Amino acid sequence: MKNTLSNTESLCCVPDEQGHFGPYGGRFVAETLMPLILEVEKAYNATKNDPAFQAELDYYLKHYVGRPSPLYYAPRLTEQFGGAKIYLKREELNHTGAHKINHCMGQILLAKRMGKTRIIAETGAGQHGVATATVAALFNLPCVVFMGELDIERQRPNVFRMRLLGAEVRAVKTGSRSLKDAMNAALQDWVSHVDDTYYIIGTVGGPHPYPAMVRDFQSIIGRETRQQIMEAEGRLPDSLVACVGGGSNAMGLFHEFLDEPSIAIHAVEAAGHGIATGMHAAALTGGRAGILHGMRSYFLQNEDGQIQEAHSISAGLDYPGVGPEHAWLHDNGRVSYVSITDDEAIEAFQLCCKLEGIIPALEPSHALAYVAKLAPQLPKDHLMVVNLSGRGDKDIFTIADRLGVII
Amino acid sequence: MNTPINRLDARFAKLKADGQKAFIPFITAGYPTLELSSALLAGLPQAGADIIEIGMPFSDPMADGPAIQNANLQAFKAGITVPKILEIVRAFRTTDNETPIVLMGYYNPIYSYGIMRFLDDAKKAGVDAFIIPDLPPEEDEEFRVPADARDMFVIRLITPTTNEQRLPTVLKGAKGFLYCVSITGITGAASGNANALTRYVSQVRLKTDLPIAIGFGVKTPEQAHEMAKASDGVIVASVIMDHIAQNLGSEEAPREGLAASTLAFTAALAQGAHKA
Repeated sequence: MKNTLSNTESLCCVPDEQGHFGPYGGRFVAETLMPLILEVEKAYNATKNDPAFQAELDYYLKHYVGRPSPLYYAPRLTEQFGGAKIYLKREELNHTGAHKINHCMGQILLAKRMGKTRIIAETGAGQHGVATATVAALFNLPCVVFMGELDIERQRPNVFRMRLLGAEVRAVKTGSRSLKDAMNAALQDWVSHVDDTYYIIGTVGGPHPYPAMVRDFQSIIGRETRQQIMEAEGRLPDSLVACVGGGSNAMGLFHEFLDEPSIAIHAVEAAGHGIATGMHAAALTGGRAGILHGMRSYFLQNEDGQIQEAHSISAGLDYPGVGPEHAWLHDNGRVSYVSITDDEAIEAFQLCCKLEGIIPALEPSHALAYVAKLAPQLPKDHLMVVNLSGRGDKDIFTIADRLGVII
Repeated sequence: MNTPINRLDARFAKLKADGQKAFIPFITAGYPTLELSSALLAGLPQAGADIIEIGMPFSDPMADGPAIQNANLQAFKAGITVPKILEIVRAFRTTDNETPIVLMGYYNPIYSYGIMRFLDDAKKAGVDAFIIPDLPPEEDEEFRVPADARDMFVIRLITPTTNEQRLPTVLKGAKGFLYCVSITGITGAASGNANALTRYVSQVRLKTDLPIAIGFGVKTPEQAHEMAKASDGVIVASVIMDHIAQNLGSEEAPREGLAASTLAFTAALAQGAHKA
């Protein structure tokens, strides 16, 4: 399915009207859901270019989320690696501690416009669940978050946060009891509550229009980055690095720069125990094309087409698929997809804590670990922007456990 | 030379001529074991099945409730794969060349097998049609067109949310019959309201000549009777899987007589449908 790019073709005008990114994306959902998906698409198209909607969104992003997030030059990481000049896009400073709030704010304003009175979401690490519970509290809408039993176990602080925010966290006990099963459960709930419910999907995945819509709401990351790096350096960056689970923070940073051919773009998947062990979450590196959760994309699957469990120390990357736009950018070669193991991510996590005084989430620690490999090979005038997509407070128990520390 | 006629078209034509409604039971391939699912399949026509739906297990059955999810898991333990499902159909065809077989499954295992290879092998095995819940009309051309070329049908689904605006999209290219999902929800949930369904079916009839069969949530012979009366046929699935689960004994060594009791249970449902 390799499709090559012509030099003139813009990479920013996907998907097509049916939601296809090349062969990927689309709307692979049950007939019961089709009218709902079409309704979301229609509502989203109507709001996209509505100045009143944009103004309302801008207001909340500025005064509630705390945007713009800083673009911070990281001198000690730069010095440590001895090569490229490293900038961190500080999405971890957003309200709720990650980039997820960007698309949650956009989607809840859309849900309100559609007259929906109940919110559901799926969550893995709990960051998207917390962000959804937060905006649901803000707008006084009841909220149910579906979460795998296994993730509830390893992300207890976020479960408690969601409950404090008034959300119901519903344990999903089927399948691998993690993110993919939470998404199945949320889709099932949506099918059963078609009239009043809006489903806030937490990544650039699922059926059209979600991959495009979530990307659009997240692309503020890249737009701010462009402006900020121009102010700081007077020119565009030479490379971008972000981690990819479903791929929302990566699309958010990348989208603005896809049509800038001079910029190298690197996306980092979770290699778990190592790609060769089969215990990983790298759908693009170790999976193949398939259909799940409403989209055609890359998935981890066995030879009979059954979806396999993903493995990563980072719950936010622990998903056997990836958003369809990433599948397309992988095949056409615009973005290079690499992978980082659990151990490498933990090492980078500690380095960032000690050198920059920033506790990163385990997810962007994968991006930082790749920077540790890449930056030393590059000249000192190379400008590299890394998306620090979330903070690591939620991960301290996992890290302590891994380091053999009892807290 | 006669044009080959799809077994589904032949069966519905015969039912119509006899003034009868179709009884369409569902079993999950490989559940509770490969042998037992083959034995059940072989016995279903005698138990009153006019058409048989065979479920292809999937790791992530998003539209299905606990009964079919559980059957899927058990079928995987029993070693079911796509080639083995086709083998089960092939074995059935050695004794029955008339009862239509409809494979029902999610798209990924089919896509993974390879669309053309799957269609060729399914045709050889004796499959007549497919129900793929996560392949809506907007996306099904890549599968439906080559299936049509091999005289196998893609069965379209209509649901209570399929409104008048959307109905033409669903009907365009539809063949065999229409699967009317009686509720918004997952398989095995509460059953639909017979009066509302009768009204809905008569509205759809204005737009199509295809037979309409109702499924989702049919649990008793009485309900089978009501749903068949409101349409051209009734699909019964979860309650048969539930019956097996409740009478299984142990998964490793299923209770003796399980196939016979399941077929008797199914026959009672069939009588309900055939009374209509």
